[in-house]
This record gives sequence, C-alpha cells and structure tokens, in this order.
Amino acid sequence: MRVLHRPVRHGDRHRPSSARRQTHSPDFREERRQLPLPLPPSAIFFSGSVSLPVSFPDSNMAAPPSYLLPPSPPCARARRRGRDCRSKNCSFMCFCFSSGIMDTRQQSKIIYSWYGKPTNSDRKLRTLQYKGILIKSERSRKERCIQLGDFVLVEGENADQPFVAQLLDLYEDGAEQKHAVVQWFSHISEIPKNKQKLLKRRISSQEVFFDKVSGYDTDIAVETIIDSVLVIPLRLKDELPTRLKKEKIFCVKQSWDGKCFKALSPHTFSKLNEANRKEDGIPNSFNSFVPSDIISSAKKETKKAGSSATKTKNVEMEIESKHSASKSSLSKKRHSLRVANGIKNPTARKKLELNSPTRSPKSKLLEQEDIWALLDDDCDSQLLKPTAIKRKVKFTEVLSSPPKITCANDKLKSVFGTAEDQEVLSGTLRLSPYRKLEDSNEKVRSLNMEVDAIVLTGHKELGSQSPAVTPRSRRTCTQETSTRIAEQISLLNMLESKEEEDFLSSSDGSYSSSSEEEDSDVSCTPEKKTKPSRMFSTPKSSRKPSVHTPAKTPKKTPLPGTPRTPRNATPEIPRRSHAAQKPTSVLEEARLRLHVSAVPESLPCREEEFQDIYNFVESKLIDGTGGCMYISGVPGTGKTATVHEVIRCLQRATEDDDLPSFQFIEINGMKLTDPHQAYVQILELLTGQKVTATHAAVLLANLFCTPGPKRKTTVLVVDELDLLWTRKQNVMYNLFDWPTQKHSKLIILAIANTMDLPERIMMNRVSSRLGLTRMSFQPYTYKQLQQIISSRLNSVKAFEEDAIQLVSRKVAALSGDARRCLDICRRAAEICEFSSQKSTDEIVRMTHITQAIDEMFSSPYIQAIRNASLHEQIFFKAILAEFRRVGVEEATVQQVYRQHIALCRMEGMQSPTVSDILAICARLGACRLLLLESSSKYLHMRVRLNISQDDVMYALKDD
Amino acid sequence: MAVTQICMTMVQKMLRERLCHHRAMGKLFGIDQQYKHLLELLKQTTVCGESNSALIIGPRGSGKTALLNRVLKDLREMKQVKENLLEVHLNGLLQTNDKVALKEITRQLHLENVVGDKVFGSFAENLAFLLEALRKGNRTSSCPVLFVLDEFDLFVHHKNQTLLYNLFDISQSAQTPVTVIGLTCRQDILELLEKRVKSRFSHRRIYLMNSFAFKQYIRIFKEQLSLPAEFPDKAFAQKWNSNIQLLTEDKTVQDILQNLFHYSKDLRSLNFLLMLAVSNVTVRHPLITASDLQEASKQYRMDSKANIVHGLSVLEICLIIAMKHLNDVYEGEPFNFQMVYNEFQKFIQRKAHCMYNFEKPVVMKAFEHLLQLELVKPIERPSVRSQREYLLMELLLDNNQIMDALQAYPNCPTDVKQWAASSLSWL
Repeated sequence: MRVLHRPVRHGDRHRPSSARRQTHSPDFREERRQLPLPLPPSAIFFSGSVSLPVSFPDSNMAAPPSYLLPPSPPCARARRRGRDCRSKNCSFMCFCFSSGIMDTRQQSKIIYSWYGKPTNSDRKLRTLQYKGILIKSERSRKERCIQLGDFVLVEGENADQPFVAQLLDLYEDGAEQKHAVVQWFSHISEIPKNKQKLLKRRISSQEVFFDKVSGYDTDIAVETIIDSVLVIPLRLKDELPTRLKKEKIFCVKQSWDGKCFKALSPHTFSKLNEANRKEDGIPNSFNSFVPSDIISSAKKETKKAGSSATKTKNVEMEIESKHSASKSSLSKKRHSLRVANGIKNPTARKKLELNSPTRSPKSKLLEQEDIWALLDDDCDSQLLKPTAIKRKVKFTEVLSSPPKITCANDKLKSVFGTAEDQEVLSGTLRLSPYRKLEDSNEKVRSLNMEVDAIVLTGHKELGSQSPAVTPRSRRTCTQETSTRIAEQISLLNMLESKEEEDFLSSSDGSYSSSSEEEDSDVSCTPEKKTKPSRMFSTPKSSRKPSVHTPAKTPKKTPLPGTPRTPRNATPEIPRRSHAAQKPTSVLEEARLRLHVSAVPESLPCREEEFQDIYNFVESKLIDGTGGCMYISGVPGTGKTATVHEVIRCLQRATEDDDLPSFQFIEINGMKLTDPHQAYVQILELLTGQKVTATHAAVLLANLFCTPGPKRKTTVLVVDELDLLWTRKQNVMYNLFDWPTQKHSKLIILAIANTMDLPERIMMNRVSSRLGLTRMSFQPYTYKQLQQIISSRLNSVKAFEEDAIQLVSRKVAALSGDARRCLDICRRAAEICEFSSQKSTDEIVRMTHITQAIDEMFSSPYIQAIRNASLHEQIFFKAILAEFRRVGVEEATVQQVYRQHIALCRMEGMQSPTVSDILAICARLGACRLLLLESSSKYLHMRVRLNISQDDVMYALKDD
Repeated sequence: MAVTQICMTMVQKMLRERLCHHRAMGKLFGIDQQYKHLLELLKQTTVCGESNSALIIGPRGSGKTALLNRVLKDLREMKQVKENLLEVHLNGLLQTNDKVALKEITRQLHLENVVGDKVFGSFAENLAFLLEALRKGNRTSSCPVLFVLDEFDLFVHHKNQTLLYNLFDISQSAQTPVTVIGLTCRQDILELLEKRVKSRFSHRRIYLMNSFAFKQYIRIFKEQLSLPAEFPDKAFAQKWNSNIQLLTEDKTVQDILQNLFHYSKDLRSLNFLLMLAVSNVTVRHPLITASDLQEASKQYRMDSKANIVHGLSVLEICLIIAMKHLNDVYEGEPFNFQMVYNEFQKFIQRKAHCMYNFEKPVVMKAFEHLLQLELVKPIERPSVRSQREYLLMELLLDNNQIMDALQAYPNCPTDVKQWAASSLSWL
C-alpha cells in the first residue's frame, strides 16, 4: 500500500463527504437530501481494514455546506430526461423520475461562478478574464470546474443534440454577464446534407468536425454550457478505436469551413492534443480526494474491469446495462468535468477518473505505467474472497434485475474457466483502473461491482507482467487472474459490508472488444485524462431510460388484453402494384402539366412578391435576427406557392454557401385539430419530440427565448393563420412574440386570406407584435393567368391561343383564382380528348373551353327546376302565385296547397293529396331549392324560395 | 304446379332484388354521359395517378349511389385497376365529425396504426399520421386512394371543414394520388364550402337530373319488370314479358304511370310502386295486371291524415267539423276547446232530434283523442296554470282533406254531412 500524498487545495474537502454519502441504498437520492451537512472529519474516514495514511490538512476546518453535499443529478440533465419521459408518454418512466427528477427540473438552479481570480482585465472593455468556471447545481450542491481549453457540450435547440465546442476564453463583461468564447465543432448532422457527400466516407456518429464556418457566434453565454466532454484529434486515416465506438466521446479528423472538408492542420492538431494533455496539469482544487476514496479505488477498478470483461460474453447485455447505468446516473452529467490533477500521484489521478460517470475511454488517455503501478497497489492492498460474488448477486436480485445476474454469473464462470477471454481482459486492463464513477444508478452499480471484481484480478495479473504484453502473452496469465478474482471479490465484499463504498461504477463498457488496433490508438494519446463525459444519449434511447431492468424495459410489450397503437407505426400508403401509366398523347401531357399539383419550373407573375419575401427572409437570415411577415390574398393567388418557391431558392442559396443555413418548418392551421396543436407540430418538426401541447409551449418558449448559441435560424411558415385564433389568442401571441425575442432567430411568414386580419380578429398586443411587414397578393389579372397557363404548358402544343385567353378572361372576371383556371383547362382538355377519340391530334379550342366553363359555372338551379316533375313545377308556380297574393316571400304549405289545387283544376289535372304535396315539398327542400321549417308543423310549415323568383319564372317559362 | 311455384319464387326474388337492391346490378337509365365522365375520371386516377375531386349532385332517388357503384364495379373488372385502388367509403350520417371520420379512414386504409380493427390515439395524432402517410406518397408509385363521401353536405358542417380541406388539398398537391367523390342532393353545396376549401375543389360536378321524358319512363318501367333471357323457364319468361309488353300499352297503366311521373320523376318511387305490384303476384295470380298496379298506386299515394279521419267516431268528426268552421270564420286563427265546444253545442241545439247531447267531459275526452292523433296541435306547450279548455290549438287538416274523408266515412249521419258542407245550413 502506497501512501498517497497529495496537495489538498481549497475545496478539496468536499470530496470525502460526498464519497461517504454515496451509499448503496437504492434511495440514495433521498438519503442525500436528508443528510446533515457538516460532518466531523472522523466520519469521513473509512474504518475498513485498509489504513489510509492520507494527509488531510484541512480536515479540521468546517467545510462550507455547499461543498459537503454529494453530487446529484444536475438539473439540466434532469430536465432533458424529464422531457424525454414526457415525450414518450411512458408512464413507467414518469414514475421513475417523478420523485426526484421532475422536481429538479423545476426547482434546481444551476449557478455559474468563476473559478479563481480574474487573470486578466481589460480596462477599456471593462472585461475580466478567467481561466475556469465553476458550475454548481444549487439543489444537489454539486459543482464542477471547467477550465480554458476544455471541450464542452453546449445546449442546442434539440435537447438531445448538444453542440460540441472547445472553451477558448472566459470573461465577464461590464454588465456582469458571463461569457465564453468557444471554438465550435460540428456534428455530421449539422452539416448540410448536400455537403455531407463531399466527405466520401462514412462518418461515425462520434465524429465531429473542427468548425471554421464564420457564421456562428463564438461568444456564448456561460449558462448554456452543459458539461465537459472529450474530443480526440485523429489523423484522417485513423479509425476511432472500435472499443470506443459505443462511447460518448468525440473524435475530430477534419475541419469544415462551410464549403469543404480539410484535414486538420498540424497546428490545430497539436493544439487539440495539447488541450487534452493540458488538463493533466491544471490543478483541480475542487476535487479533493479523500482517503476513503483511495481505499476503495482498487475496488472500483475491479468493478470497472469486471464489467468490461463480462461484456465480452454478452455484448448486448453490456450495452444495455451501460445505457441504463448512464441514464440512471443522473448526477453524472454535469459532474464529469473533474480534471485529474495528480501528476505525481497515481491515485490522485485515479480519483479523478472515478469522478467521471462515464464509461468513457479514459484508459486510452492514461499512461500505461501509471496503470500498472496502480494495479500493483491494488493487488497489495486487498484480500479477495470468492464469496463476495454470491453476495453481489443477491444484491442485484433485490434490485430487480434478474437477467443481469444470471448473465453476470455466466460471465464469471467464463472468466474463471476459459482463457479465451484473455484478450478481452487485456483490452480492458488499461481502462479499468480509471473508470471509477462516483455516481450512478444503484442497481447497475451493484451489478458492475460484482463483475468488475472478477475482471480486475485478471487485469492485475496482466499488469504485473508487462505493459507491452502481447495478446498471447496475456493469455498465459489467465490462471493467475482467476485466482486473483476471488481475492478481489472478497475485498469488495468487505468494503461493502462497511457501507463505506461510495463510488458507484456506473457502467460499463464496450471495452471488451478491444483489439490491437485500439491499443495502438490508446497509446498514441496516452496523456489525455479529461473525463470524457458521456454524451447525452440519442433521443431514442434517452426516451427509454430503462432504470429498473435494462434487459427488459426497452421493449415494452403491450398487455394482451389492451391493444395499443403501435408506437413505431410508419405512416405509409401501400405502393401500387402496376406502374402508373405515362402520358401517351399531347393532351394527356398537357393535362398533367396543368394539374395544380404539378410544380412549375418557375412561378410567373409573382416576381415582385417573390423578391419582397426573398429579400425579407434573406436579410433576416444574414443578420441572424427574427421577424414576422404577414401575407394575405384570396385563395388561389399563389401565396403558399410563392413562399415555397422562396424557401427553395433560399435553400439553394445556402447550398451554394451564399447564405447561412436555416431550418424550414411549416404548419397549416387547417391541418391542426386545435390551435394549440401548433406548438406540438412546431416542436416535433424542430426537434422530433412528441409532447403535449402545454409542454410543447413551454419547451418552445424556452428554446426561442433563451440565448441559444449556434442555433440555425428557423423559418416558420404558418399557413391559414386565421385558424390559429383562440379566444385568448395566446397561440398567435406566442408565435409573434418569439421572433421579437433577442435570441430567437425565428422568421415567421404568416399566410391568411384577409388583408385586415390583424386588425379584425387580433388583439392589439398580438397585431402589434405581428408588425407592419405586410404583403398582399392581388388576384391574378387575365394576362397573368394567360402567362401562367402558357408557362405551364411550356412547349406542349395543346391549346389554342384564343382558348387560353378565353379561360383567363373568364376566370379573372370571376375570381382570379389560378386553381380554377387550371381546372377549367384540364377539364377542357378532357372534353377535347373525349370528343376527338377518333380524329387524333385535336387541340383544345374555344368550344371545349366554353363547354368546360359552362359545366363548372352554370347555376344548377335552373336546370334542376327544368328537370323537375310536373307537380313540382306546379308547386313552384303555386308558391309564386301565393307570394304575389300575399306580398310576402313566405307562405305556409297550406296556402301553397290551395294555390296548387287551383292551378291543377285550371290545367285539368288530378290534384295531389296533402301527403303528396308534403313529399314534394320535402324533396325540393332536400335539394335546397326551397327552404323549409321543421316538418313537425305539417300544414303550417312555412316555405321560402332559395332562389330568386325571377330565376324560377325564367326556368318555368320555357316549358 | 310445382314448376309454376318455382317460377314464381324466382320471379319474386329476381324482381325484388332488382327493385329494392340497387347495388351495382341495377341498370342505369339516361345517365350515360355521367357514367362516362365518372369512369374516365376514376380511370385517370387509377391508371395515371392523377388526383381529382368531383361531386355527384342529384335529387334523392336519382341514382347517385347506383351510378358510383356501377362505375366502381366496372372499374374493378379492368385489369389495370384491379389491385391498384384503395377505397374509403364514408357517410355523413355515420361519420358525424372529423374525429370519427379520420378513424374510419385510417381503418379502411389499413394503415399501420390500426390495431386489429380499431384505431386508437388522439384526433391530432391520427390526423398527423394520416396526413404524413398521404404526404409521403407520390404520383407514380403510391397506390391511388378513392374517397367516397356519401351525404357530402353533412361533412360541410364539421368544424373548420378540416377533413374536406385536407382531402381537397391533397388532391391538389403532389402527394399520394387521391380522388374525392362527394355524393349529395343539395344543389347549393358549393356555397356551403369554405372559400379555401372551395378553391381547392376542382369544381367538377356531375349532375343527375332525372332528365327523361315520359316515353323513356315507360321503357324503364318495361325493362324493370321484364325477365332476362337467361331465365330458366323460357316459356314462362316469354309469357311474362309479353304480358308486360301488353301492360305498357294499356291505357290505365299508362295513366297510372303518367300520374306517378307527374308526381315524381325519380326511379325510386317507380320501383316502390312496382314492388307493391310484384308482391301481389302469386301462383294463382301469376301475371301482373293493370288492376294490381292501380291498387299499388292507390296504396302508394294514399293521404295519411285522411286515413286517420276514417277511423274517428261521429263525435270526433263533429268536433273536426266545428274546428273547420272556426277556421273558416276566423281565417285560420287558432282556437281553443271552449270555442269548439260552443260551436258543437250550436249544432246540437239545432239538430237535437238526431244527435245525442254529450256531456262536456266526454267531448273533452274526444278532443284529447284528436290531440293524441295529432290532428290538432297546441300552439304553445301546455303549462300548469292555463286551463286545458283555453289552450290555443290549430287544426292540422285541410278543408279538402276533411271533405274527402267525410265522403269516404261509412255511415255518416246526413245532418253531419250537411253541417260540414255549410255552417250556415241551419238558416
């Protein structure tokens, strides 16, 4: 046992207490909350078999309460999780998190404070520069220090897709706002689709690009920093070690300047490398290491190693456990930034590693020698008993993860029995000592511990041989390994029984599959010690935090009795079995081109409007600001089409890098069941989350109203705006309020029919936010309609010039609706096709157009009356006579009936019965030629004409 | 005898099916133009994947559904179309709101969110799902969907016309090819559409107007009754058909048909009349006769209220006559029981020798019976405070009906008849 001396800096003393608080109880969160803050120093030490000769100079001082509380789930992470829960609407998850997490989301605040004294100050700008920032979660009292040069995750618009950046500068401006200057890294998803092709290789999800695009603001608010993360620079040809594939760390191979990808310049590369290395040297005073930690360090290693070893057997299981572990260890996220400071002292470094909650590939970063040394220490210090395994198993059982147990047991056996695992072990070997995660889900932890223990021994054996062991040579030491396992386990057992074990190994590892190749990778970046914090899981996985039983939860099979809608149902219409027929004749071709759905090459006659909208959006895009524009016009005047065309052009421009890229989303008031669903749709289109309307409103407000660095501008088209009207108008208010927010970067194009909609239906506060950027689409004139048809037809010679003119004039006189115009032309083409079935090569002439227009615009009433039966016609006459007699345009059936009978007598016809008359009346009423009262009044039912008397007379006269 | 029995059963079955069951098998009369138009329209959708929308408008009983069914039947027989068309049938009377309609659409399309035969999830989810499904498709590769909206006018009253907007919008944009066919009897249907919905509707309207003359009507009559050539018993079929031929030339039959034609041109009423006549055919009475048709016509066009009057007692008839006189005197103003009773008393006093003077409560009872038969109707709802005698009423019978009924009333006292003819007869 080595005596570990390390300089304890101010703030270090919070470590012990935190370590101690981390108990095994599944309810550790609760427990933590209740713990008294200041602890006597004696409480800090383990009373275990291992003595802890650690110098602890500050132990007598009363520690500030804030330091004493152990890390707990950082609120930001919790918030994310909360969202996920809701988004999945998964009751069981909500249950899991409701006690702690949801509260956290609402209550806990994260406090950002500077670390150290200002290093530099600028009098003129009144800025103070710092070299680190402390992030403290108020509720959990957990804090972390992020230094200059660290890589960080920055909140993005999508909670599950934070941005990656490197911290370049930290300063406080005159207004006491904390700022950070960062170097961005772009994830592949942030790079435009069309540019992704330029890479010509497959990009792993872990790869990021050194971002040289100038468009983004590199000055961000410190409050948006979530956590630190690890970014490894790699040569272009290098592969990310496969064993790190599952890890949430990043690698950077190329830079991206908005136009093309370039390999990292040697300068950048070395800078990045340095950044990683530097962290070793930076003293991290906040992570003080307690003796107890040191004791348990060996144990932790074992756990780590063990878990990784088990993975070899059942990779999927491992991944799952990893997931669950990472997810459940809520506190981990913001916590991971502890930087190793123990250069002289291996254990110290170990501690640091322990702090990181991730199953990240720290191992890579570590110097091999240190590891071996550590392992040796561990071996010396521990007595191992095989019984521990059983005990562990029990523990896991309590935690209700039976599948894991069996699996772990299997693995144990295999570790003991077979030499094949050696390679795996060797891979894990280097990693394990450092993977000590102080916080994690209890359940997972227990499992890991047991497994870790097994593997660790193996590692130790290997370690004792030589750092440069080849796979084969490692294999030879299997026997020794297995014997050691027992010892290791016993140690664990002992420690646990004393309840002094605080660090929970959260996880896991995909280390198991480490190969020689990976090894080489590891060795090439040995100094990196940054804790690669586990990146937030992908949206999908985070949505199902399988806390209880990782093996079971992901697939939540519906109960047999209660069928539920398949969650993953893909909306799809079956494909047709026969291919669609291609147009065979000129007329058919013309008909297809004239269909409203056909997207024309250009939008003629809306050039001015197009330019106005384009300029508006373009200027906002370039400025990176937000704004609203209201577009009005009667239906069929090309509002939506023009806006879409503008968006298409803008997208083309961004592809050509003339404009910063933006995100385009569209909602349509008519396609919503309720105005509040607008929130849901916008959020889903923006981030893919599915939540309830109220929650979506909150999230969106959050998104648009808080400073979001590096967020693309959003262009939102709101079609049929008037349908978003509610009594309180809160939907409209929010929509138009967001763009006015400083950081929203939201451009809204609102489309509706009426020009005075803002004045008519909106409250003042809404219409004032909408602003005065308005545009009105006038109905098309006949010339414009003519041009539209001609441009659609392009070169297809199917219409006579005069015919086109006739349609345009007719439609322009009626409504100016381009849809109508196209429909008439299409119908005319059909009529032409019909009539010319024999004689081919007919083109659409005036007569066809006239026929089509007649069909579409002729009033049906006159035809309907002419085709009515004789008594129906007489009934009309009787109505007219009665109206004339009374002088009022309303009569009862009885009155009309008498007139009817009189008329029948005059014509010498058999007069109908009252029942007949009522039936006639009902028939005409159903066609809405007449308007009737309810039929319960029988003879006293009142009758009115639904058409003018003149029309009726005209229709009856010709007879 | 047994052979005729079988023949009769077959005739009954065949003709009744033809007359009642207008599913696809019914022949179409006088709507060849519309048939062609609709068939062409649907062919374009299925073969070329062209989206469309159309309304079939016509009065009730004019054959809208029959036309559509016929077109669909013919369409399905085409090789190109067979497996290429998804049909969704909605009825405004069944799908009373968009939520229900959406579920039904989803169910009929067998989208993936259908569990068993049920659709769960919220309205918003279902709408989003369906729209997403339809948006994903394109003209050339997706299976065309035919939406048939029966009682189209009822869909117009759904909130915001969301369903119609979306269906028409899809039909006018480059998505899954859809054709929306609406069936309605309302001539003013286009005025009911919201302006945005209207703009998206293609304005194709197919009118069914019953625009045939009486000659065609006779021909339809003949064809509806004729037995087909494939009828097993050739001899009987020939006999039957020649009888039908004779009937069409018969004057009485022509008069009956003329009357019906003048009354209503729709074929449903003709079918109903023929149905009544065909039902009379038995083994003993194997052929339809003119009198059968006459009987059926009488039955069909009977006045319902006058029929009720036939079953009234003399006292009740007297009360009705009293009311009639009151109506004449006060020009249709409402009356109450007391007025009717007084009027009745006047008559009784004049003709005391032939009419028994009923007590007032008895008269009241008779009056209430009329009320129950709905021959008399209170103008306002009876309230606790107002006495029954003074409740204002109006008569739901026309003078003509009363006189006609009295003519047919068995054993009606002459005095009553006279009184009915003129209230002044006592002078």
